Amino acid sequence: MKESLITLARDALGSLRDLLPIVLVISAFQLFVFREPVTGLGSIAIGALFVVAGLTFFIFGLRLALFPVGESLADALAKKGSVFWLVFFAFLLGFGTTIAEPALIAIAAEAAKVAADAGAIATTDEAKGGYALGLRLTVAVAVGAALVLGVMRILANWSLPLLIIGGYCLVVLLTTIAPKEIIGVAYDSGGVTTSTVTVPLVTALGVGLASALKGRNPMTDGFGLIAFASLTPILFVLTYGIVQQWV
Amino acid sequence: MGVILNSAVDVLPIVIFLFAFQRLVIGQPLPNGKRVLVGFVFVVVGLGLFLLGLEQSLFPLGKLMAEQLTDPTFLFASVGKAVSDLVWQDYFWVYLFAGAIGFSTTLAEPALIAVSMKANTVSGGAIGVWGLRVAVAIGVGVGVGLGCYRIIVGLPLHYFIAAGYFIVILQTTVAPKLIVPLAYDSGGVTTSTVTVPLITALGLGLSEAVPGRSALLDGFGLVAFASLFPIISVLAYGQLAVLRHRATAIVAEP
Repeated sequence: MKESLITLARDALGSLRDLLPIVLVISAFQLFVFREPVTGLGSIAIGALFVVAGLTFFIFGLRLALFPVGESLADALAKKGSVFWLVFFAFLLGFGTTIAEPALIAIAAEAAKVAADAGAIATTDEAKGGYALGLRLTVAVAVGAALVLGVMRILANWSLPLLIIGGYCLVVLLTTIAPKEIIGVAYDSGGVTTSTVTVPLVTALGVGLASALKGRNPMTDGFGLIAFASLTPILFVLTYGIVQQWV
Repeated sequence: MGVILNSAVDVLPIVIFLFAFQRLVIGQPLPNGKRVLVGFVFVVVGLGLFLLGLEQSLFPLGKLMAEQLTDPTFLFASVGKAVSDLVWQDYFWVYLFAGAIGFSTTLAEPALIAVSMKANTVSGGAIGVWGLRVAVAIGVGVGVGLGCYRIIVGLPLHYFIAAGYFIVILQTTVAPKLIVPLAYDSGGVTTSTVTVPLITALGLGLSEAVPGRSALLDGFGLVAFASLFPIISVLAYGQLAVLRHRATAIVAEP
């Protein structure tokens, strides 16, 4: 009990540290550049408190539940050596963690609002919800596919730079035929997907896998999964935009 | 209440599949079942609170900053021009703010600290922990600043990103092999859950406030800049470390 309280306090400090640079920079601008009183400061402060508390609980819960289970599963599967189960696990892990990724939930909702305001979709809550969910599902499938690719790369020892560079070229190619409205969201989704939930689990999978295989260096072979997870969402969301254009 | 319900639905897929795998593939029940259950309650409540707080703090804050930075009276006071006469240089406060946010949030990013330590070990000390962190933070600061410039002038996003990729490809061919996977991964880890909503709101706010821009076409893209530039700066830092190492080796051997 006492131990959990200490962990909780440490997580709270971590969340505060995430927010601190933002608070400092914005305060500096308000005090020295604008020099005007800010309206609605109270509501913003309460919101910030919610953000810190929410993030703290979220990360605390992840450490208590998701991370140990995910890590031991990744480890057990890597040792078991069944490629089918490993690949299947990688896909579901990528999909599941991405659906629960807070930043993606927020950004998808914002993207739906912008699309509705610009008249690209209907302004009803239903249309916005559907758009946001479609976006999140696309990104989640993309991250799942990225992990499958990443695991296969580690197993087969494919060259990481070659795959990444190939992916970039594909991104540039798809951009030329994708509708203009989707490009910004697509490019952003690559950076959004890989944060709080996904990174620790995915890193555990990669490092566990590389250490279970003979003759692999967990330091160099274990990395690269995140790189795929930042690349495939761009490809998939661009494709999503192209397909939606035809429907 | 609806928020909590929604976040429960968001967390459900990963819960179901972890449990299923544990039972069906590993063939064992979860160790510490109770602890895990408590953990999930925290995850669900935390996610709900976070999203609620976001709507009230980081999103409005990002938009507010964008509004203040592009406010005609503020711009007139700082450069003495009316809105119709403004050129991109006149928005220098925007670039400064974007750069400061990118730099400071990256420097404090825990994931980056972990990556830097790994890089230090992998390179046998050739890549310094602090040096790498500062390099990446500068990369993100410049990236977000450049992203704001793009929004203000309204150039297509993919010109910049394609050019960035091209630089990354060039660097990959000459950078030390060990740093390459680390560099590629660092792009993903620098943008944290707190930073992403703020800079997204900043971009959308800018695109709404600058005349002739649309949120739909110009508003997104800052996160992409913030993920691409660290790759470039980590690769550059790796190259620099090698060069410096070589230089000292030459000096040491008479």
